[in-house]
Amino acid sequence: MNKKKIVIVDDEPNIVMSLEFTFKKNDYEVFIARDGSEAIDILKSQIPDIVLLDIMMPNVDGYQTLKYIRSNESTKNIKVIFLTAKNKVSDIEKGLKMGVDKYLTKPFSIKKIVEEVNELIK
Amino acid sequence: MSSYILIIIIIVYLLFLFGVAFWAEKKAKRSWITNPYVYTLSLAVYCSAWTYYGSVGIAATSGVSFLTTYLGPVIAAPLWVIILNKIIRISKQHKVSSIADFISLRYGNDRFLGALVTLICIIGIVPYISLQLKAVSETFDIISGRFTNVSQTIFNDSTFYIAVLMAVFAAFFGTRTTDATKRKQGIVFSVALESVIKLIFFLVVGVYVTYYLYDGTIDIYDKMSSTENFASLIGFDTLESGVNWYFMMFLSFLAIFLLPRQFHLSVIENTNENHLKTAIWLFPLYLLLFNVFVVFIAWGGKLSFGDFANPDYYSLLLPLDNGHVFLATLVFLGGFSAVISMVVVSTLALSTMLSNNLIIPYGFLDKFSRSHPERNANYIKNIRRISIFCLILGAYFFYINFNIQLSLFAIGQLSFVIIAQLAPSFFIGLFWNRGSSRAAKTGIIVGTLITTYTLVLPFVLDTIFGYTGFIISGPFKIELLKPYAIFGIDFLNPVTHAFFWSMFANIGTYLIISLVFKGNYRERNYGEMFVNSNYNSLQENAFVWKGEAYVSDIRSVLKRFLGKERTDRALDLFYLKYDLPKDNEKADARLINFSEKLLTGNIGSASSRILISSVVEEQPISLVEVLEILEENKKTLSTNKFLKQKSEELTKLTDELKEANEELKDQDKLKNEFLDTVAHELKTPITSIMAASEVLIDNGDMVDELRIQFLDNILKDSERLSKLIHNILDLEKLASGRELLDKKVNTIDATIKKAISGIYTIAEKRNITIKIRESVAGLSARYDEDRILQVLTNLLSNAIKFVDDEKGIVEISYKNTEDFVQIIVVDNGKGVPKEDMKYIFDKFYQSKNQNTKKPLGSGFGLAISRQIIEGHKGSIWIDKNYQQGARFIIEIPR
Repeated sequence: MNKKKIVIVDDEPNIVMSLEFTFKKNDYEVFIARDGSEAIDILKSQIPDIVLLDIMMPNVDGYQTLKYIRSNESTKNIKVIFLTAKNKVSDIEKGLKMGVDKYLTKPFSIKKIVEEVNELIK
Repeated sequence: MSSYILIIIIIVYLLFLFGVAFWAEKKAKRSWITNPYVYTLSLAVYCSAWTYYGSVGIAATSGVSFLTTYLGPVIAAPLWVIILNKIIRISKQHKVSSIADFISLRYGNDRFLGALVTLICIIGIVPYISLQLKAVSETFDIISGRFTNVSQTIFNDSTFYIAVLMAVFAAFFGTRTTDATKRKQGIVFSVALESVIKLIFFLVVGVYVTYYLYDGTIDIYDKMSSTENFASLIGFDTLESGVNWYFMMFLSFLAIFLLPRQFHLSVIENTNENHLKTAIWLFPLYLLLFNVFVVFIAWGGKLSFGDFANPDYYSLLLPLDNGHVFLATLVFLGGFSAVISMVVVSTLALSTMLSNNLIIPYGFLDKFSRSHPERNANYIKNIRRISIFCLILGAYFFYINFNIQLSLFAIGQLSFVIIAQLAPSFFIGLFWNRGSSRAAKTGIIVGTLITTYTLVLPFVLDTIFGYTGFIISGPFKIELLKPYAIFGIDFLNPVTHAFFWSMFANIGTYLIISLVFKGNYRERNYGEMFVNSNYNSLQENAFVWKGEAYVSDIRSVLKRFLGKERTDRALDLFYLKYDLPKDNEKADARLINFSEKLLTGNIGSASSRILISSVVEEQPISLVEVLEILEENKKTLSTNKFLKQKSEELTKLTDELKEANEELKDQDKLKNEFLDTVAHELKTPITSIMAASEVLIDNGDMVDELRIQFLDNILKDSERLSKLIHNILDLEKLASGRELLDKKVNTIDATIKKAISGIYTIAEKRNITIKIRESVAGLSARYDEDRILQVLTNLLSNAIKFVDDEKGIVEISYKNTEDFVQIIVVDNGKGVPKEDMKYIFDKFYQSKNQNTKKPLGSGFGLAISRQIIEGHKGSIWIDKNYQQGARFIIEIPR
């Protein structure tokens, strides 16, 4: 069985490090992007099962990245989870409206993230 | 030139004027029809044929005394700003339509006074108009070469037809509306145009005589000075002639205000009080230009013709004599223009008076109050039209029947003296509230009788009947009553003499009667309104009236003259203005006054007063009461002023509150944004710490190296968190002013060096140059060194952050301005984006286009810096024009 592929998009290296470690341990193939533009680069060569996406990032932000994913034939079915510190109701509504599959807020429990990801790509 | 050609020229010229007037009427709203220059030029209607021809005549026979006619108005002009302005304001407020209306209104809408003034004006002006016709006729004869006397029958007399045409012109353009106060732009504009034409043609003939026929002014002077009697032509030979000169000047000073045509154009046709500002310099200039060549034409004529021609017409005879018929025709047209404008405006003004102050109040009121509005309007217009024709034809027959061989100048002066009888009641009434109606009437009558005795009677006896015994030895041989030398005063010329005595008696009578007999409350009421005309708002409530009246009665009177529609509209406006309920049954003083004003323009003030009072039951009020009420009004006015001021203050306060509220809302919004940012900033390290801890707990078997890495992350993020919290608290402390600054005298140089040493290692590692440029060694100021160090460190580390390795240069310099010390930090990095410059010091600010992006650094450095500098009463800003990187300036007081 092929490994599940996950792209982690966040500009905070310390957070990325914990996520990367955990998903690798859970048998995922992990790709790291420090902002939206790096993520889009990765998506040009890889079709992952899921993208963990931060919203507030330099250059290309999470909303723009999601828009790209949803508007491209090859990527539009990829599952996307927003993982962000923005936890206002209006932010969540906006994310869901744009077609994100799940909206998780920081700070988070890593175990919970893994569970949510597993469930989403089952 | 054949008289037929001349008639054709005249007709073409008249058609041209008709066209101009018609066209100006249509474009009346345009600024080049209604402007201060047109206004001023229209005032030059003052220069009638009397000026155009008569001045030359006087200059040739009596020397410089012709100038008095123009010096009076020149002296009057600067006073216009005060006096004429006041007259214009009053006239507009009360819808005055003529000088008769003005005077009668001042003395309480006195019907008899209005009629008296009208009569005086007609007596004074009609002979004057006839003189204008005489000038046309004589110049016509000169040009067409017919040296005959007045024509055989009126029907072959071209002057008759010209008179009729002028009447048509005045009637056509002057009576288009029943409201006589409506502006008549067509007439005003054509008068202004005629003023230009007569001036230009007069200047042309002046230049022609002086420089073509003679070799300039000096040549004429030289030739003239060798003739006899020259000295009497250029100066005063005696004290008496000086006195004469003075009185004549005073006479013309009065005339410029009182002549009906002047009053009409300067007051009734005034569209904007500011036009006076132009008139006060342009009008004297116009008169000056008009008189430049008078003397030279006169002397040139005298040199050419000796005593063998009428000196009045030298300006025509000189070119004719030299064969320049075309030029002579131009001069004729110039004079003709002067005549038309004078005749048209005078008859128009007189016809308004005749209808509004004589015919309507004394005969037609009953008829009007029973008739329909439309028929009434037509009646009024027809009365005026018929008046215009009667006046002009009257003047024509006067000229035919009293074909007196008089110079234009003499009749002009006679007319001035008669009109001057209005002066005391006009001018004194304007500034003295006690002047009463009875005094005005008596004064005018006495003055006129004396003028008649001292001037008109001997003049008529002498010139028409050739009887001089009356002049030489007085009535019944009483020496003291000799008409030209009352009480033995024989050194004045007849006109001055008459003017002196009539004015003396007129003013005396006016003052004495005003002081001895009190006027009734109504005239005193209007007296107050005229004298205190500057209290504009007082004016509205200054009309005192007590009695009972029904709105419905007043409404029906108004309807009869204005029609239903205009009446309703006017009353609606009235109710709106005073905020009164429309269904008021009883009328108050304001409505009475308002209605009188409404009617005044149509039928004159006296008639409107009579009409309105016919439907109201008025109760007499004592003079004391009037004065009390007026005093009350003045008080109310000042109370109103006070209230208005208060209400303005209140409005201002409300605005300020609104503004403060907006500001608070903005602050609130910014505060929310700030909290969002803070929350986000705090969450990030917490997330990192939590995640790493979780990983460590769940993975006990982790290799040491990795574990240490995770632990290190935890430590770093904890530090970050702690620093963040510290910064937030610091900023809050500074912003709320709870942090006290520890200000001491410090040396700038030393502080800067300390700041540099703090970041030197980082800079050196990246090979960035840091320079200090010393300008004032040992410069010191009072400040909290730790805090300023914090600011400098922040600026320096920002600078280092944005410059490139190796090439990066950060330069710090300082200098001394008058009261401040300036420290400047410049780098050669990428600089701050223009759109962010305004906001970089805002603590709550997150650049709008970066909404979803992270602010660089903690985002608090510059905000804290600003708080620190402001705590020092200094300022910090970024140089917006610096292109090669970023340039920050700090300024703190020394």
